[in-house]
Amino acid sequence: MMRRWSWAWLIAVPLLALAAWGIADNARLFFATLLNGLTLAALYFLVASGFTLVFGLLRNVNLAHGSIYLIGAYVGWVVGDYTSSWFLAVAAGFLFAALLGLVLQIGVFRFMPGQDLRQTMATIALSIVAADVALWIWGGEIYQFDPPGWIIGAMPLPIVGKFPTYRLVLLATAIVIGFGLWWFLVRTRVGMMIRAGVDDRAMLSASGVDVQKLFAITFAIGAGLAGFAGVVGGTALSIAPGEDTRYLLASLVVVIVGGMGSVTGAALGAVLVGVAEQFGMAYAPTYGIMFTFVIMALVLAFRPQGILGRRT
Amino acid sequence: MSAAQWRKAMNFSATSRHWAGGRVVPPPAGRAATPASTPPAINGQRLWRHIGARHVVVLAAVLLYPWIVPPFFTFQIGGQALALGLIALSLTFLAGYGGMLSLAQMTVAGIAGYVVAILGESGTPQISLGWPWWLVVLFAIAAGTASATFIGWLSVRTEGIYTIMITLAIGVAFFYLAQQNYEIFNGFQGFQKVVPPVVLGVDWRSPVPYYYLVLFWALCGYFFVKYLIRAPFGVALQGVRDNARRMSALGFSPVAHRVAAYAVAGVIASIGGVLLVWYNGLISPGSVGTGWLINILIIAVLGGLRHPVGPFIGAVVFVLLQNFAIDLVDRERFNLVIGLIFLVIVLFSPDGLLGWWAWLRERAGRRLARSAVGGKDWRSVGVQQARPAGRS
Amino acid sequence: MTRRTTWFGALAGAAVAAVLPASLQAQDTIKIGLLATLEGPFAAGGQDGMRGAELALKQRGGMVAGKKIEIIKGSSDAKPDVAVNATRKLVEQDKVQIMVGPLSGSEGIAVKDYSKSQPGVTFINGGSGAQATTLVDPSPNFFRFNTEGAQWMVGLGTYAYATKGYKKMAVIAEDYAFPYSQVQGFMAEYCKAGGKVTHKAWVPLGGKDYSSVIAKLPQDVDALLVVLGGADAVNFLTQYEQAGGDKPMVGGSITVDQTVLNFKGKRRDSLVGTPSAGPMADGIDTPEWKKFVADYKTNFKDGFPSPSLFATVYYLNMKAALDALEAVNGDLSGNQAKYREALAKLVLKSPVGDIKVDDNRQAIGSTYITEVTKGADGVFFNKVVKIIPNVDQRLGMSKADFDKMGLGSRDVPSCP
Repeated sequence: MMRRWSWAWLIAVPLLALAAWGIADNARLFFATLLNGLTLAALYFLVASGFTLVFGLLRNVNLAHGSIYLIGAYVGWVVGDYTSSWFLAVAAGFLFAALLGLVLQIGVFRFMPGQDLRQTMATIALSIVAADVALWIWGGEIYQFDPPGWIIGAMPLPIVGKFPTYRLVLLATAIVIGFGLWWFLVRTRVGMMIRAGVDDRAMLSASGVDVQKLFAITFAIGAGLAGFAGVVGGTALSIAPGEDTRYLLASLVVVIVGGMGSVTGAALGAVLVGVAEQFGMAYAPTYGIMFTFVIMALVLAFRPQGILGRRT
Repeated sequence: MSAAQWRKAMNFSATSRHWAGGRVVPPPAGRAATPASTPPAINGQRLWRHIGARHVVVLAAVLLYPWIVPPFFTFQIGGQALALGLIALSLTFLAGYGGMLSLAQMTVAGIAGYVVAILGESGTPQISLGWPWWLVVLFAIAAGTASATFIGWLSVRTEGIYTIMITLAIGVAFFYLAQQNYEIFNGFQGFQKVVPPVVLGVDWRSPVPYYYLVLFWALCGYFFVKYLIRAPFGVALQGVRDNARRMSALGFSPVAHRVAAYAVAGVIASIGGVLLVWYNGLISPGSVGTGWLINILIIAVLGGLRHPVGPFIGAVVFVLLQNFAIDLVDRERFNLVIGLIFLVIVLFSPDGLLGWWAWLRERAGRRLARSAVGGKDWRSVGVQQARPAGRS
Repeated sequence: MTRRTTWFGALAGAAVAAVLPASLQAQDTIKIGLLATLEGPFAAGGQDGMRGAELALKQRGGMVAGKKIEIIKGSSDAKPDVAVNATRKLVEQDKVQIMVGPLSGSEGIAVKDYSKSQPGVTFINGGSGAQATTLVDPSPNFFRFNTEGAQWMVGLGTYAYATKGYKKMAVIAEDYAFPYSQVQGFMAEYCKAGGKVTHKAWVPLGGKDYSSVIAKLPQDVDALLVVLGGADAVNFLTQYEQAGGDKPMVGGSITVDQTVLNFKGKRRDSLVGTPSAGPMADGIDTPEWKKFVADYKTNFKDGFPSPSLFATVYYLNMKAALDALEAVNGDLSGNQAKYREALAKLVLKSPVGDIKVDDNRQAIGSTYITEVTKGADGVFFNKVVKIIPNVDQRLGMSKADFDKMGLGSRDVPSCP
C-alpha cells in the first residue's frame, strides 16, 4: 500500500508543480484547456464505454467499433437532414448502430463462440469493408449536423471567458449516460447478469441464463453507444472518412489505460487521455499528439492490466 | 520425457490433422537442451525424405521466374511480394506458433527502414549520415530487433487478446512520432532516394538482382522458421501458446519464451523492412501507418497461419490484387475487394488459402497421412489466453 | 498447388500484357496514365481531379491529331510508396506513354524521383504542389503546369496588409510541407510589407479537436491566417465560431475552396468576406472560365456546383499534355524529344489565363486573390478581387534572395 502511494506522489508532485506554473502563467488558457480536455474526454467516454462493455462480457475486441461510430453518424445525418430534427438524428444514430451490432452478433459472431482471435479478425475485415462502403455511399465530403440554435453558441464562464455551450452539453450528456450505464449495470436484472458474465462466463451459462440473448443485448448497447457518440461527436466536430480509425484508436488507448472491461475504468481513461491530448495541443503542439501514447506505455509498463483493470 | 508423455502433458489430441502431413515433431528435450540433442542423422534423413517433386518444381519456378516475365512482374509483383511476405512471415511465426497476434510487425520493419535512411544515404543529406551500407544494414537489423523486443516486453505483460490492441496502439504511436519529428525522421516527408548499394558491380535496385536478393532472404526466412518450429525453442513456444500454466509448471518461463519469440520475429521483420525500403526507394510515415499495419495481418491470414509458406502466398495474392483490382472492378474499390476477401477467409476458411488447399486435396480423395503433429489449431488460441489464468 | 497456380496466373497475365501492346498499340492510339488519390480522406479531391482530367479529353472528343487517346486510371491513398507503385504499374505494365498525376505533395516528389528511371515516358503533374518537386533536383521529364503552394499565396500578403489593414496576424496551419509553402508564400510578402506574425500554431494532421489551439490564439492580433484543408478546415471554423471567436480570417488556397464551402450541413455566413488566394477562383469573369464551368456541369452531374481546385489543376495538366501532343501531331518518337520540346515551349491557353513553364519545367501563371461571397441563390463562391499575373516559383525574388530564405518550414520565414 505504501509503495503504491509513493508512486502516486512521484507522479502527482511534478504534475501539480506544472499545473501551478500553468495557472500562474496564464490562468485563462489553463482552465480553458482543462475544460476542453474534460469535454473531449466526455466524447471519448461515450465511444469507449461501448467498446469496453462488449469486451468485458464477450471478450470480443471489436475493431469495427470505429466503423459503427462513423456509420451511426452518417445515418444520423441522413435522418437529421430529412426530418430537420437533430434529436431524431441522435436517436437514429443510436438505433441504427444498435441494430448493426445486433446483426453482427447474431449473424456473425454467434457462430464463432470462444474464438476470440477469429472474431477480432472478422471485425478488422468488417471495418475495412465498412469504410469503403461508407466512402462509396457518402463520398469523401465533409458532413456537419445542424443542432438547435440554443446549444451551439458560446457561453460566458468565469476565468475561461467564452466557452462553447455545446461542449458543456456534451460533458453533461456523458455524465448522464455514465450514470445511466452504472444504474443499468447495478440495478437492473440484465445489468446484473452482464456483470456476472464479466466475472465468470462459464458460471453464468451454467446457471441457466440465455447467454446468447445476453450477448446480443450487450453488443447492441455497445454498438448503439458508438452510434450515439457518432452523432453527438459529429456535431462537435464533423464527419468525414478517417474518423472511424481515429475514434477506434482513441477507444483502444482509453480502455488500455483505464482497464479492459471496466466502465469506470473507461471513464478514468477517457479523462486522462482527453486532458493529456488537449494540454499537449496547447502547451506542446509538436509532440502533444504523442502524450496519450506515452501515458499508455507508462501504464502498460507499471500496471499492465490498466489502472482499474483486474489482474488476469 | 517421451513424446507420449509430452503430448499427455500438453493435452494434445493424438490425431490432429496437419495440412502437409507426415511430419513428426521431435520430442522436446529439457530446458537445457540444444538443437544438437536431436540426432543429426535423423534430421538429415528426414530432410531428404521430405523433398518431394513439388518442392523441386516450386524452387525451379521461383528461380526461373524473372527470366519468363517482364521486369515489371519481376520487381513489382515478385520482389514486392517476397519482401512483404518476409515481414508477414514474422507475424505468422508470432501468431501461428506463439499465439501472439502483433500488429506492430510493420512498425518493426519500418524502424529498420528508417534506420537505413537515417544512417545511410537519402535525398535528405542534412539528416542522413551516409555510413557504409553494411554497417547501416547491421544497425538497422539491430535497431529493429531491439524495438521488437521492447514491444514484446510491453505487450506480453498482458495476455492473449490484449496483444492485438496494444501492438496496434504502439504502432500508431510510432507513426505519429515519425510524422511529427523533423530532426530525426524528417516528418511528413520522410526520406526519398533510399536505394540499395551497388555491390560487386551489381546494381541491386534493378529488377532481376533485387528479385534474387529478396528471394534469397525469403528462402532463408522460410527455412529458418521451418527449422525453428521443430527445434526445442519452437516446440516450447507452441507449448506456451497452448497452455502457459502447464509450461510454467514444467519449468519453462512463458514470458521469456514470448519475448524471445518477439525478438526472433523482429530479426525477420527487420530484414524484410530493409528490403522493403530498398524496394520502395523511400520511407515516410505512411509506410508505417495503420493501413500497412493491417495489411501485414491481411497478408498473413490470407495465406494461412499454419505454415511458413502461407505469408508468401498471401503476399502474392495481395500484391496482385493491389495492382490489378483497379482493372477488374470499379476503379477505386480495391479496399472493398481486399476487405471482402479477407472477411470470407476469416469467416469460412480460418486457415487461409492453405486451408482451402488442404480441403481441396482431401476432397480430391487423396489420403492425407495422419500424423501426430502438435500444431494445434490457432483458432482456439485466443480463448485459452484470454481466459483469466489465475482463476480455475 | 496454390503457389504455382498463382504464378501461372501471373505468367498468363504477363504474357497477355506482352502480346497486347504490340497489336493494339498501333499508331492510332496513345495511352495516357492518370493517377489520383481515390482512397482515404483525400478521396473527394481525387475524384474531382479525375473529372477535371477527363473533361480536358472530352472537350477534344477523345481524339488528338487523329489519334485516339486512351486513359488508364490508377489510384493511390496519398502515400508516396503507393503512388510510385501505381505509377510503375501504369508505366511498366500498362505501357502508358504519358503519365498525369499524382495529387499530393510528397507523392509528387516520389513520382518525380521515379520519372528519372523512365526516360522514355513524359510525366506531367496532377495536383501536387510541393515546392521541392521542381526546385530541388528536378527531373528532365517531369513537367508541372500548375503553380504550387507558395505561388498560390502571392499577392495575398500585400492584400491583407495594405487593403485589409491587418498589421498583426497569427497563423494556424497543418504541420507538413504544403502548409509550410503556403505560409511562406504569404509571409514572404506580408513581412516585407511591414506586417508582423506573432504566433504560429502548427497543428498535427489528424488532430481534429482544435479547441485548445483556439484558446491559445493571442487576442491582440488583427486577423488569423488559416491554412487547413478539408475536414480540418471545417472543424476549425466550426469550433472557432462555437468558441465565440470573432477575428477576421485570411484563408489558404484549400481552406475556403469548394470542398469546404459546400460541406453537407449548415452554411457558415461568418465566412463571407474571407480573403484567400489560389490558382483559380469560382468567380473568374472570363468566357474561357465560364465555358470550363459550363462544360464541367454538363459532363458531371455528380460533381461539385463548380469545379474544385483539384479539378482545375488536373484539367490544366491534362490539357497541357494534349495541347502539346496536338502541336507535334501526335509524334512521340525519339524518346519523346519533340514532345518535350513542345511542352517546354507551350503557352497553355487555359481558363485561368496563360501558363508557361520555366527552366525547371515548373509553371509560371496567374494567382487570383478572392473573397468569399454569397450568391443570389445562397451558394457560396469565391469572388475575384485581384489578379497577379506571371507568378514564378521564386515568388518574384532573385535566385540569390530566394535561396537565402530557403524553402518554407516551421520557422521559415519569420517576422514576430
